[in-house]
Amino acid sequence: MVTQQPPRTARARLAVAGARAATRSTFGKRPRTSAIAEVLFPAVLLLGLGFAIAGLASMIVWMVVEGAARLDLGLFTNPPSRLNPDQAGYRPAILGTLYVIGGVIVLIVPLGVGAAVYLEEYADTSRWFNRMFELNIQNLAGVPSIVFGILGLAFIARGPLRLGFVAAAGSITLAMLVLPTVIIAAREAIRAVPSSIREGSLALGATQWQTIWRQVLPASLSGVITGVILAVARAIGEAAPLLMVGATFFVTRDPHFFEGSYTTLPTQIYTWARQPQEELRVLAAAGILVMLALVLAMNSFAIWLRNRYEQRW
Amino acid sequence: MPAMAKRAATSAGVGSPRRSLAAARPRYGERLIKLLLGACAAFSVAVTGGIVLSLLSGTVEFLQAVPIGDFLLGTEWAPSFADPRFGVLPIVVGTLNIVFWSLVVAVPVGLASAIYLSEYAPRRVRRAVKPMLEILEGIPTVAIGLWALVFLRPLAEDVFPFLPWTTPTSVGVAGVAVGLLIVPLVASVSDDAMRAVPAGLREGAYALGAGKMRVSLRVVFPAAISGVVAAIVLAVSRAIGETMVVLMAAGARPSITVDPTQSVQTMTAYIGQTATGDIATGTVDYYTIFAVGGLLFLLTLGMNMLAIRLVRRFREVYE
Repeated sequence: MVTQQPPRTARARLAVAGARAATRSTFGKRPRTSAIAEVLFPAVLLLGLGFAIAGLASMIVWMVVEGAARLDLGLFTNPPSRLNPDQAGYRPAILGTLYVIGGVIVLIVPLGVGAAVYLEEYADTSRWFNRMFELNIQNLAGVPSIVFGILGLAFIARGPLRLGFVAAAGSITLAMLVLPTVIIAAREAIRAVPSSIREGSLALGATQWQTIWRQVLPASLSGVITGVILAVARAIGEAAPLLMVGATFFVTRDPHFFEGSYTTLPTQIYTWARQPQEELRVLAAAGILVMLALVLAMNSFAIWLRNRYEQRW
Repeated sequence: MPAMAKRAATSAGVGSPRRSLAAARPRYGERLIKLLLGACAAFSVAVTGGIVLSLLSGTVEFLQAVPIGDFLLGTEWAPSFADPRFGVLPIVVGTLNIVFWSLVVAVPVGLASAIYLSEYAPRRVRRAVKPMLEILEGIPTVAIGLWALVFLRPLAEDVFPFLPWTTPTSVGVAGVAVGLLIVPLVASVSDDAMRAVPAGLREGAYALGAGKMRVSLRVVFPAAISGVVAAIVLAVSRAIGETMVVLMAAGARPSITVDPTQSVQTMTAYIGQTATGDIATGTVDYYTIFAVGGLLFLLTLGMNMLAIRLVRRFREVYE
């Protein structure tokens, strides 16, 4: 009996070589380099992650060390002063930030949540303008903050609205800047509410708005609030657009919303940081500590809120 | 045909006439609410319109005073000198310098963090690290700018004493600080993309005997590549638009250089610095802000459109 040799075509030869290589690589000895790499690789990854966290930690520790010397009551209650930086404080800046942020909240909550409700509950995505709204919001979220400053300068402080360089102009500029953040977060929260809740409500005879107001919004409230808090925290720390709508004045008296010059925490810090004197830099670091504490507290609260009330339907 | 339709209509009407499911009377309140909510959504379009309009009108005024060729191709930037020069290239190069150094930090660190978080990290570590990255993302940029200027810059001089440090501000240090700022962005977008890769792909690779590193690098990473690219594109766009850090730590001297120790001026820093001073409306100086802002807007818009398209692609494939 003669075993029939298979015809040695090029294809068969290739297949045999491939099968042999596969067998060897699976059952043969593993090369040692790969075993070492398997251990080293996560170490390299951890190094990368550690770098980011070390950067964050060094930033916070440095601020505390640098600014601790000026962390007293006067920091909150005294007006700024170039002549005696040891006594200077952030009173007008803190008040200015409160005014500006108050205005931001008043603007972004109805506008942001309204837009999110419209896009999630009413908008028919087959209409071209609804698709345009959506794309527009995504793009607006990526526009650099300084460009919003240009808009504020040309349209709000001067130009059509002509409010002048007052706190209200800063409010409107910042509100436009953080509006996409609120809309995107609120949409996600609204989308997470299952449609069975809407259908149940509609089946019981509620109108669409009654369904939204009494079922959908309460169910998505924690997500919406998280989005608003994150947006407000961002607005508190934002300085670039405010530089362009007048928040860099040297203000020693308490500001008003619609008249008179104003300043805010981040822009006041920037003004101090630009001065060459050592004491003013310490003052800037102390101001950053105040701002950082505020922003971090808000961010942590938002993250906690999200994790605590994240509903699984 | 008409007869048949008539018969069908009568047969449907047999018995009690069926009540229409539509509302008995028009609900004007509901319609008004829908209109108001639609107006809220349209407001964001108005904001974009306002941005485009203000940039465009200012740029047109600017281009009447300065030829577009001189603006885009000129290599000297001194708009407020007695003998003004409007060549934008030095501040564009300054911006590109910042983008380069920030990516040198943010891409390896961000991607390493993302791979670790999505493939290696135990759930407890993940739950501890993710908020930390979110906090890093939320730190005001003024704080990072001051840290870069007063802490990082002297540190860089100690670590690299052989480099020719001459100025108190430097593009390399500012770039690294911006890089740290965008690490969370790179990490979270690419982490999302990697977690969207179906588990079946990983399990298949493990079944064939691949180790964890091989699965991460050869299976998950290529499968998530469009999301990773989107993350990097978004990071570039963010680095281009970052203002406070470069304003404080990169300096204010427009120059075409590749030396990381030198100070440069970026597009954003120019706008921020010029607008801070008391600037008179109607001067060429004033309109220069709009021309530079327009250029900045176009650059970041292009990047963002690209990123949106890429993110959409990985969503479509796996969700």
